[in-house]
Amino acid sequence: MENYYLFKIILVVALFVVSLVVAMYSTFAERKISALMQDRLGPNRAGPFGLLQPLADGIKMFMKEEIIPNVSNKTLFILGPCLAMTTALMAGVLIPWGGKVEFMGKPYDLQVTDLNIGVLYIFGVTSLGVYGIMIGGWASNNKYSLMGAIRASAQMISYEIAMGLAIIALIMSTGTMSLGEIAAQQDAGLANIVYQPLGFLIFLICAFAELNRAPFDMPESESELIGGYHTEYSSMKLGLFLFAEYINMFISSAVIVTFYFGGYNFPFQNEINEALGLSTNMATALGTLVMFGKIFFFIFFFMWIRWTLPRFRYDQLMRLGWKSLIPLAILNILITGVVMWMNGKLN
Amino acid sequence: MTQYVFYFLSFLAILSALMVVFSKNPIHSVLYLVLTFFAIAGHYVLLNAQFLAVVHIVVYAGAIMVLFLYVLMLLNLNVDAEPVKKNWVKFAGVLSGGLLMLTLVATFHKAETMPLIQDNPEIGVTANLGKILFNEFALPFEISSVLLLSAMIGAIMLSKKDTKK
Repeated sequence: MENYYLFKIILVVALFVVSLVVAMYSTFAERKISALMQDRLGPNRAGPFGLLQPLADGIKMFMKEEIIPNVSNKTLFILGPCLAMTTALMAGVLIPWGGKVEFMGKPYDLQVTDLNIGVLYIFGVTSLGVYGIMIGGWASNNKYSLMGAIRASAQMISYEIAMGLAIIALIMSTGTMSLGEIAAQQDAGLANIVYQPLGFLIFLICAFAELNRAPFDMPESESELIGGYHTEYSSMKLGLFLFAEYINMFISSAVIVTFYFGGYNFPFQNEINEALGLSTNMATALGTLVMFGKIFFFIFFFMWIRWTLPRFRYDQLMRLGWKSLIPLAILNILITGVVMWMNGKLN
Repeated sequence: MTQYVFYFLSFLAILSALMVVFSKNPIHSVLYLVLTFFAIAGHYVLLNAQFLAVVHIVVYAGAIMVLFLYVLMLLNLNVDAEPVKKNWVKFAGVLSGGLLMLTLVATFHKAETMPLIQDNPEIGVTANLGKILFNEFALPFEISSVLLLSAMIGAIMLSKKDTKK
């Protein structure tokens, strides 16, 4: 039992560190990818290939002067970025990062906890993510920030509905709400994307909207609202907001991979593991590596879209959410139901 | 262990509920209400009702309170903008609140306390809840969904622009 707790504590700390490192290097990747797309070089001064740039950015963030506007609501002004960071870090505990791990002679799942309401928990944490932005934006006592906060909340609520409906179709076809089981089910058979192509598309679009990433970055659209909800923020409090966005991107990529792309599974994994004669731990490590490969692809995809597509207008965004995605998601549920009924999976 | 968690959550729930009433700033009130919802969701988890707990968070803390906050931010109420009620309104409020308190105290005084029986720890699992809702309680469930649908249509009708003008 003590080994169990020790393993979970190590896993939680590792998860925390990995999330932060991935988020750190995502900022670097974003700048490099934007440079690639715009035929520039990008950051290349700090260290070889500019690899130490995130470190330099971090030091800069901490060293900058901290300004709290006089007229703003101080407690809430500080609470905003803290909440954004907390909610960003909360969802990672449910994601199965790999198969079984042998630790001190006993097998454990490479997952902090596997709730039987896992999918709903993820959904709940995402819906709480807006509080940091709203509180921060309102407490800044700045019209631009307030506009950003209001846009963020309206956008989140609109796209949450379509996202929830897309998840319902997924739950119908997998028959479980535990993320561990969803990942394990895709072990032998096909990945869920084959059964839920439309659901995946809806989920992906909603993920963009929930993350406030371009083309849905209305809450912080710099050409209209200066910086949106974080206009008044400086120093590490701004850093926390930006960091939370990248951690969210990492976690939602992991969720997309787990839901629709087999998580830590890969084609012919059993054959490959047997052919290479890998032990349990090595096989799990290989699976985790594959999963991270998929996650990095999605992080790249998020950046690719950001530097390719222009921003929506707000009415276009609302029309897409309410008039296209929600009916499509309901249609998807209907199709899923009919297909399951024809295959005799309903009883 | 569970008992300590229970006392902590109860303390948190009551304290933040009181703070909802006593905060001068409406935004603070909403945030304390969100905290109350979290404490109550914790109680649901203690009662093995995980589904209820997480739905409570998603619906109340994640959606309804965000809308509350949204409206309050648009109104931008300040402390000094709070309207001063007339004395007879205050008196009526105190009287009705006291009456409610009396009813509650009388109810709980008479109520029998029963030990919590958790013979089936799987009772709160979503699959079981779904089976019960769609078999035993299918009719009330459907009726309440019709009620929600009519409320939704009503809201859309109210907010729709009058095209005749």
